[in-house]
Amino acid sequence: MLMDVGQFLTIFISAVFIYNVILSRFLGLCSFIAISKETRPALAMSLSVMFVTTMSSIITWFIYRFLLIPFHLTYLRTISFILVIATFVQLVEMIIRRISPPLYRFFGIYLPLITVNCAVLGVAVLNSDMFFVNNKAVAGSFYYSVFQGVCVGLGYTMAMLLMSGIRERLELCDIPRALKDFPLAFVIAAIMSLSFMGFNGFKF
Amino acid sequence: MKNYLQEFLKGIIRENPTFVLVLGLCPTLAVSVSVINGIGMGVAATFVLLGSNIIIAAIKNFIPDRIRIPCFIVVIATFVTIAEMTMKAYSPALDRALGIYVPLIVVNCIVLGRAEAYAQKSSVINSFFDGLGMGIGFTLALILISGIREFLGAGQLMSHTVIKGFEPVFIFGMPSGALLVIGLLLGFFNVVKSRKD
Repeated sequence: MLMDVGQFLTIFISAVFIYNVILSRFLGLCSFIAISKETRPALAMSLSVMFVTTMSSIITWFIYRFLLIPFHLTYLRTISFILVIATFVQLVEMIIRRISPPLYRFFGIYLPLITVNCAVLGVAVLNSDMFFVNNKAVAGSFYYSVFQGVCVGLGYTMAMLLMSGIRERLELCDIPRALKDFPLAFVIAAIMSLSFMGFNGFKF
Repeated sequence: MKNYLQEFLKGIIRENPTFVLVLGLCPTLAVSVSVINGIGMGVAATFVLLGSNIIIAAIKNFIPDRIRIPCFIVVIATFVTIAEMTMKAYSPALDRALGIYVPLIVVNCIVLGRAEAYAQKSSVINSFFDGLGMGIGFTLALILISGIREFLGAGQLMSHTVIKGFEPVFIFGMPSGALLVIGLLLGFFNVVKSRKD
């Protein structure tokens, strides 16, 4: 199968920097604002998101390619993707709880939240929009999809770590009462998003 | 009757999904570039909210408690698919403008939140009014945000120029403008609330 290294680089740069999931596409914004108060939970959440976006990219690619397209069911995309993702997340939660209790305590409470994280369904839908043309998989589409899943997770992690670092420092600052918590988090995100716009000039 | 009116009105101001509950922000911020997009997203989400609230309230006694979330999601996803197909058929331009954010209504926390917090414990009629109120509250919030962004970012409202010679501030049309507008609006509502108390 023909694969283009440049294409991978483009996917990486655009998913992590230019169209960062959170700061430019606004996917997974709820968790970004709610769980970014401290670095440790933020990291746990980001790693779980990265794992789930990668795995769901793999699973939904197979479903789209081998179930939905051959049987002309592409209009069932939304409903089948979200069901598979919800089932998968539940399964992972059960497995982790059984195998490793410490890991479960670290990730456990964030995993159920991921089902309704827009980033996960978003990357699955994006993959099927970008790497399938006229209901045919483009060359290397599987690898591109999985790679995009990883990169979206990376972009999420980066934004999350930056944000939680900033907010930890803000704990000690004197901020106007009306702007405490959510409003200020949005203003910070706005400034971060502004600085990420600088990557827009990147061209290959 | 008064009871229904209360269920309906609470979603608009007192429990506004966007500004008070701070739910469902992804579509709010992403599509609020122009008022038309905002209204389109608001109407689609209201339709889904109404449908899922009614169905879930109607079948709540048949859903086993342990697998209720997947059940809710199936109901919601069905209505989202209906909305998606209708939009594709009757207004393809809007469908293109909203892009992936239409299928993403499935994971809009407002819809699942109302199913979990309200519809599964309430009667069909109450859930209908709750869904309608929440949907309209969401739409109004979208109109407010997209109105500010379209006016400042493009100098227009509903694609009509408002003030001649007004130099648009492009940043408000960009993603960072959306975050800034909602942050400052939330702060503003906090001030209003603390004044009232």
